[in-house]
Amino acid sequence: MIKFENVTKIYLPDVTVLDDVSFEIAEGEFVSIVGKSGAGKTTLIRMILGLETPTTGHVFFNGQDIAKIDSVELQKIRRRIGGIYQDYKLLPTKTVFENVAYIMEVNGRDNEEIEQEVPKVLEVIGLKDKTNNFPDQLSGGEQQRLAVARALVNYPDVIIADEPTGNLDPYNAYEVLSLLEKINKAGKTVILSTHDREMINKLGKRVITIENGKIIRDEAKGKFLI
Amino acid sequence: MSVAAIFVLVITISLLTGLFFLHGVNTFLIKTIQEKIDITAYFTSDVLEQNILQVKDELIKDAPAIKSIEYVSKEDALKVFNEKHADNSVLSKALTEVGDNPFLPALNIRTSGDPAQYQEIANILNQPQFNDLIEKIDFSQKKDTIEKVFSITSIVNRFGLALAILLILVVILVVFNTIKLVIDASKDEIATQRLVGASSWFVRAPFVIEGALFGAISFVICFLIAGLTAYFLAPTLAIIMPGFNLFIYFLQNMLLIILIQLGGGVALGVVSSFIVIRKYLKA
Repeated sequence: MIKFENVTKIYLPDVTVLDDVSFEIAEGEFVSIVGKSGAGKTTLIRMILGLETPTTGHVFFNGQDIAKIDSVELQKIRRRIGGIYQDYKLLPTKTVFENVAYIMEVNGRDNEEIEQEVPKVLEVIGLKDKTNNFPDQLSGGEQQRLAVARALVNYPDVIIADEPTGNLDPYNAYEVLSLLEKINKAGKTVILSTHDREMINKLGKRVITIENGKIIRDEAKGKFLI
Repeated sequence: MSVAAIFVLVITISLLTGLFFLHGVNTFLIKTIQEKIDITAYFTSDVLEQNILQVKDELIKDAPAIKSIEYVSKEDALKVFNEKHADNSVLSKALTEVGDNPFLPALNIRTSGDPAQYQEIANILNQPQFNDLIEKIDFSQKKDTIEKVFSITSIVNRFGLALAILLILVVILVVFNTIKLVIDASKDEIATQRLVGASSWFVRAPFVIEGALFGAISFVICFLIAGLTAYFLAPTLAIIMPGFNLFIYFLQNMLLIILIQLGGGVALGVVSSFIVIRKYLKA
């Protein structure tokens, strides 16, 4: 589904962030990408989303070279990816309801469907009472749950979670992790980027370890070993 | 920030409206001056009326630019003079002393005011066959004044147009930059919208609509300002330029003013938003 082929990323003048990285992620896989801060995890994720282009090499999404497709096609791919980020990336001028509804609108869902679906989703993630609050009126945990709701509401094919538990207490972190496992069991591909050792070791899934821009380990049932 | 954008748009549209008002004043002035310009051909005192009327017919035939042509006989000229100076005893006395009617029969000709048309008429009148009939043509005396008026209005028009274009360009840049500041404040939001797969139009539409709204609000403000200015300035202007009422000019051209203000405002708002947001859609 996602394929990195000899990808190198050099920031000018000569900072190599990724160095000849190649791997493939199949549909329905749960893959964790681990590494120290600055190892290249975020650059790798930004490449899947088309936010960065490789200096050399190719990144494919379902056979399409992300660096070569036009912006309309890129947006179509982004709609098939649900993103959860450490800084949440919520829309600050929209309420909790609108933040979730917006994603559905982007995907062309009609108003009636949105009116029905959003309250259900907000109930599941425990934000039903905060429907009309703005993101800055929520706690860190609540914002992260909202980001998760937003990532899931359109039933995307792939969930990308970049340090999703970085700002959360252990309880909320566990909640997010178990949610990701559930999504994966439902057949969705999950890519988790983290440096949370405990979380990775508990999962017992495929782990790609990056160090100084290179893949140093890629194990089917990996551990956090740095 | 929105207030700043509306404020700049109001200035731009008011400037456009001001130029439109100036155009009205200018047109009125030119028309007034042109109406005061005429060309008179004085015939020798013994020429027959039918010969003069023949010249008149020939002029009408050869110079289609003529707006009006009036035959003033010796008697008519004397009558007009007497009526005009009825209470001036010195002039009446002087006229009695001359004894005979000193006035010459004449043709009074008006065109739409273009000096070239006057020149054309003068050329016809200067033809050899009329030499014996015509005593003098007073065009050459007025020629310099006519040409001066036209050269001044032409310079004013050209200078005004150049200044207007320059001002509009400067103001468009200011509007553009103000809208840019408004959109800059939302750049993180736009980036997030793109990240979740929103299409270009989905992101762009609210900003373009906002730009149009800025334009529409500015139009309402400018329309009120223009209406009130025309209403309160009309009496003062009427003193300087009798016959010109700015408020009536405003009412008569209301549709055009609405078009300039609403069209200009909305177009500026929409186009600026459209161009500015393109930058953020590339990510």
